[in-house]
Amino acid sequence: MIKLDSKIPDGKLSEKWTNHKFNMKVINPANKRKFDIIVVGSGLAGASAAATLGELGYKVKIFTFHDSTRRAHSIAAQGGINAAKNYQNDADSVYRLFYDTIKGGDFRGREANTWRLAEVSNNIIDQCVAQGVPFAREYGGTLANRSFGGAQVSRTFYARGETGQQLLLGAYGSMNRQVNLGNVEIIPRREFLDVVKIDGHARGIIVRNLVTGELEKYASQAVVLATGGYVNVYFLSTNAMNSNVTAAWRVHKRGAAFANPCYTQIHPTCLPVHGEDQSKLVLMSESLRNDGRIWVPKKPGDTRGPNEIPEDERDYYLERRYPAFGNLVPRDVASRNAKYVCDEGKGIAGGKAVYLDFSDAFNRIGKDGVKDKYGNLFDMYANITGVNPYNVPMNIYPAPHYSMGGLWVDYELMSTIPGMFVLGEANFSDHGANRLGASALMQGLSDGYFIIPYTMGNYLGTEKPEKVDVETNEFKETQQNVEENINKMLSINGKQTVDSIHKRLGHLLIDKVGMSRDEQGLKEVINKIRDLREEFWTDVKIVGKANDINQTLERAGRVADFLELGELMAKDALNRNESCGAHFREEYQTEDGEALRNDEEYKYVAAWEYKKEGEWELNKEDLEFENVKLATRSYK
Amino acid sequence: MSEKNIKLTLNIWRQESPEAKGHFEKFEKEISPDASILEVLDEINNHLEAEGKEPIAFESDCREGICGTCGFVINGQPHGPLPKTATCQLHMRNFKDGDSLYIEPFRATAFKILKDLIVDRSGFDKIQVAGGFISFNTGSAPDGNAISIAKEIADEALDAAECIGCGACVAACKNSSAMLFVGAKVSQFAILPQGQPERYERVQAMVKVMDENLFGSCTNTYACEAECPKGISVLNIARMNRDYFMAKLKTGTNE
Repeated sequence: MIKLDSKIPDGKLSEKWTNHKFNMKVINPANKRKFDIIVVGSGLAGASAAATLGELGYKVKIFTFHDSTRRAHSIAAQGGINAAKNYQNDADSVYRLFYDTIKGGDFRGREANTWRLAEVSNNIIDQCVAQGVPFAREYGGTLANRSFGGAQVSRTFYARGETGQQLLLGAYGSMNRQVNLGNVEIIPRREFLDVVKIDGHARGIIVRNLVTGELEKYASQAVVLATGGYVNVYFLSTNAMNSNVTAAWRVHKRGAAFANPCYTQIHPTCLPVHGEDQSKLVLMSESLRNDGRIWVPKKPGDTRGPNEIPEDERDYYLERRYPAFGNLVPRDVASRNAKYVCDEGKGIAGGKAVYLDFSDAFNRIGKDGVKDKYGNLFDMYANITGVNPYNVPMNIYPAPHYSMGGLWVDYELMSTIPGMFVLGEANFSDHGANRLGASALMQGLSDGYFIIPYTMGNYLGTEKPEKVDVETNEFKETQQNVEENINKMLSINGKQTVDSIHKRLGHLLIDKVGMSRDEQGLKEVINKIRDLREEFWTDVKIVGKANDINQTLERAGRVADFLELGELMAKDALNRNESCGAHFREEYQTEDGEALRNDEEYKYVAAWEYKKEGEWELNKEDLEFENVKLATRSYK
Repeated sequence: MSEKNIKLTLNIWRQESPEAKGHFEKFEKEISPDASILEVLDEINNHLEAEGKEPIAFESDCREGICGTCGFVINGQPHGPLPKTATCQLHMRNFKDGDSLYIEPFRATAFKILKDLIVDRSGFDKIQVAGGFISFNTGSAPDGNAISIAKEIADEALDAAECIGCGACVAACKNSSAMLFVGAKVSQFAILPQGQPERYERVQAMVKVMDENLFGSCTNTYACEAECPKGISVLNIARMNRDYFMAKLKTGTNE
């Protein structure tokens, strides 16, 4: 059994981080350059970490499987980034952002982490402005804000519908500056395949060069994993084609606990599925819910066009059920309600889609006003669907979007493998059972710019790890292991393509471990996933060679890991006999269909420890709430 | 949304390695007009894999037109026939039943072909490393509202900053010039007050590395702007040129 020590500092919530920063070890500037740090992943968390660690003087190597670090999937984030600036004078504060995030996560997040996130949120905005991130401005020259789901204040900073792109390019620039100065080295087109442990500590990595196929060994004194989330396990999701769980999963199998894998966010405003050959789903920013109204026809199976359905025959179901928050309820609530109305046959033409209607906004601020705020999203919609959303309401449906679960980390963002830090979406830490909109960018940059630079020093200053050589046995054995795994996959030579197996896994999971779950379905799906995994390892077909560009091989390795993760997601969902946030068990709901938590028995983080394939041990980190009162989430 | 399927002939560039001689391979395909061109390639690849043949190597990631990973020359145009549209956003409803498509990689001396449709665009990163940033250490920033920036200025900077770094401008240019790409980055910072302290050093450093990486010169054909999926304006090139000459005057160098 792993000992889970969350290392949450003592003292008042608002003083924990300040005190902890003082209490942590500091490494003097001249000594920092003696430490090599590996960062894997170059999204917001990885790039900002590499940039800041480089600024401090550490020697950083950053790896990405992309051709350029600027391609990481953070770039696709549209809507914005939260901060408790209170620029709108609407009574926002660090406490309110903290409380909204804890409540939005349905009281399954860590108080101390969430407070720290809210606390540094303001620094992030300052930092990004200084870097030249062109945030939206008011005519008077001040920063503009908009509202997002799960909040009643306007605290979201944005750059049109391309906030992620602009923030990532800011971090990319800062990192490039460190490359220029010789502190950071970027090593692209490499896929992380295993971590090398020496005396229990993370001391290096094995990567595959995606151009030559060669396996390469890199040593360091600490490793930072910032490799994103895992909802591509569902095959169809809003994640980029290459987003995957492999890095996190391989680290999990080497001893890092995996926390709350069943907390996956199904985002309410995505384009509906149109066919079996579709490769991915497209998100329309949640910011659209600010001005768009969501509705379905009152009559099930209504086949009339949206503009022919009169006002009194429409059901604005979110406004009806949640008058206080209306269309701005948190994502899990909005998604689940879309599912319900569609299950009742009230979806568009009886199918799986609901309307997102801007007619009122057109009347209020004009089409130009809407275009100014959401122009690129409207263009994207028109482009993909071939329908002009200025004339016909958008069709939307929920799609897998984000994983709140991830590798377990302590307050210093270190996993249960010493020296292995996990940042951003790859860790589990800040969002509880549901993430609020515009909080992912905040967390990625908080982890990278403002937390790891301090906690890394504490680890290195305490452990004082020596440099290691890549010719040691530990490196050779790990590399050999990876090589055997690749050769095993290539030698199967069965009949099914990698994608066809991945699609089947996706169907199983979205059906049974998606927006709603139940005991029987979860038990069934565990067996089906095991069978499918068996099929993969006996009947998959991977063409091409190991020592060449081989994208099929890359995908095969990722799907093999998804096939294990899928089982753990179902296991975790089955273990959690309550509904909370995005995890909704049909057996546990209130009379009017809201999530029914069981704080007495499940107020804990489920941190799963890998034993062998298909076998895990559950470790629990009890969550303590000293500063907020555990309440039933209400957005009515 | 979907109408009936259409039949297309796709001629796709195959090239085993940078040194190998490439050729077009022909595929006849019946496809849904709702599919994107990348989904058509996915399907072709699925069939190839099922038959034990090597799939077509091509790169893509977000498939939302923002990461800049994908990009082919389609019927002679980088990212295909639609204006302001990245390859992944090109849907088959834009083609007619019976059309023939020629799909090739972005070609330029500076972009080595690695395999099939995959090219090496690392020259872009080298240019950014030379100066595509504001020198500013984490932790020392003043309040975000301490710098007042007029909405028009912020919008103009964002127009330039929207570049996705795909390389279509280079592929479109008969000289393989990267000046639209570099001009966009130089402009973002030249427009903003935060970028002023390093303005003239930045433009010189970036142009120098651009030239070193085998990108050609600009001869004002504006093909780059026409093919840019984000519609980045050639005015950014003019702005870069002006700053570059100003920099030479200020520093008195004549490199």
